[in-house]
Amino acid sequence: MAQQRPPSLVRQIINYPLDWLEERSGLVGAVRYFLFRKVPRDTNWSHTLGSATLTAFLIQAITGAILAMYYKPETRTAYESIERITNDVTLGWLVRGMHKWGASVFIILMFLHMGRVFLFGAYKYPRELNWVIGVLLLVLGLFEGLTGYLLPYDETGYWATVVAININGTAPFLGPFLVNLLYGSADFGTDTLARFYSLHMLLAPGAIFALIGLHLYLVIRLGVTSPPWSPEAAGNERYEPEPPSRDGRDGRRAGLLRPGARRAAR
Amino acid sequence: MEPRRPSQPHLPPPSLWPIGFAVGVAILLLGLVVGWGIVLLGALLAVAFGFLWVRDLASDEDAVPPTRRYELDPLGAGAAPAVGARGEAALPPMDDEEIETYPRSVFLELSTLGLGALIGGLITAPVLGFAVLPAFIDQEEDAVDLGPLDNFPEGQWRIATFMENPAEGEVTRRTAYVRYNGDLKGVPSFTVISNHCAHLGCPVQPGGPITEEQKKEVKTEGAPVTLIPTQPAAFSCPCHGGAYDTEGNRTSGPPVRALDRYEFSIRGGNLWLGTSYSVSEVDGTGKDATITKYQRMYPGEHVDGIEQVLYPLPAPQ
Repeated sequence: MAQQRPPSLVRQIINYPLDWLEERSGLVGAVRYFLFRKVPRDTNWSHTLGSATLTAFLIQAITGAILAMYYKPETRTAYESIERITNDVTLGWLVRGMHKWGASVFIILMFLHMGRVFLFGAYKYPRELNWVIGVLLLVLGLFEGLTGYLLPYDETGYWATVVAININGTAPFLGPFLVNLLYGSADFGTDTLARFYSLHMLLAPGAIFALIGLHLYLVIRLGVTSPPWSPEAAGNERYEPEPPSRDGRDGRRAGLLRPGARRAAR
Repeated sequence: MEPRRPSQPHLPPPSLWPIGFAVGVAILLLGLVVGWGIVLLGALLAVAFGFLWVRDLASDEDAVPPTRRYELDPLGAGAAPAVGARGEAALPPMDDEEIETYPRSVFLELSTLGLGALIGGLITAPVLGFAVLPAFIDQEEDAVDLGPLDNFPEGQWRIATFMENPAEGEVTRRTAYVRYNGDLKGVPSFTVISNHCAHLGCPVQPGGPITEEQKKEVKTEGAPVTLIPTQPAAFSCPCHGGAYDTEGNRTSGPPVRALDRYEFSIRGGNLWLGTSYSVSEVDGTGKDATITKYQRMYPGEHVDGIEQVLYPLPAPQ
């Protein structure tokens, strides 16, 4: 048997900070668990749509943060600052183009991802909650589209926003109040643009980040669904049910068990 | 104990009722466009199929989660207390769970939660108020000076653009169509129509020649007002095709009422615009018109007919 050699210097240099971090936070293990978790054997390309949507959102977040450095959310300056970003700022046309076209890519990918989940039946027990979170993310994504459309403050954006807010106003009973809330006043005014800007770059993205966290947590906890044609049954439980406890808490981990399995275990 | 059952997928049996339910809803929505009879038909279908669907689900045993069957105490804590054999008092057995206690830990837990909620509420309430209330407080429109009366010849239309609030700038620029109708009982009569379409608020356009060369800038106390002569045969909206006659009555398209109008007054020989109001219809023309007025509503909201029950509370203005 060959004698065990000490790890090479390069390996030591790479491992030392990772070990340091792992010992104090467990983060390295968490990332390994996330990246190297088991997935069904017959996943296919359509399973990458969720990650693609996430990537599109991250691109929107990064390009948006850069655009915010040059954009001036005031009715007198908004359009000029967009012109400046597009024509004068170095590579501004590229970052703005990425944000503008990336918005459509994000929306399209959300729908494709939703279609995949629907067609594979991946919304079924025990993943209903993740479907609900996904629908909230879809609504928030569309809301980002609505609020972002006004920000260039051109004619299209202005009138599209007026029409969109007035459509909200036709909602029964609370419609008129919704209009005031969105305009920030009884009609389109100075506060409207700033309000949309705040919603577009702070409130809605914050909520999206939080919900994506929950969404991913549930994906990791419940596992990826096999395609419907897979010989592995969808939603197979991944570990053995616990023996029934006498304190009435055996439903605690029921998230991974089907009712039939729970009954059989008892 | 329940009998052991083989593991089986948790699926309700296939059912066609939801399809009928969806068809009913679709017919109902179609009816909103076509007519009330169709709405009724759709509603009946949706209710009938919805009922069948719910009944189907309710009768399906597998769909109902199994209730807990086991008991905490197999001897039965709820059973009658055993009576002492030799004349002892028939005391109920002392069971730890039955003694009501209020330990310190529970008190601390509740007071921590309560204090946290109180602090959170104290911080959240003003922030929420700051975010929401200003949009609803002090929203009445300021009166606007449109300049001397002799800029408005009798029977002619002017496109008047003005700033509702000059301090806020261009964003408050509004447009009204103004026509002097001659005097009514010694008082000048004006028709002042807002350009906000009663469908979804796009700017309606005059259907007729606009004499841009005769544009006139009028200096007033506020921002300058521009007046452009036009000879409209009608008003129409570029967004979704709403059409109105020159009194603002809807003639075709999606609008739900007539065009809004402005109150006006004559002060020191100048025409002043006041607040705007909504109109269901106008009978007659010019100074003889009878206007059915309502408080200002947002575009797309009905002021008359059965649909007005959907908008009982206008936002405070």
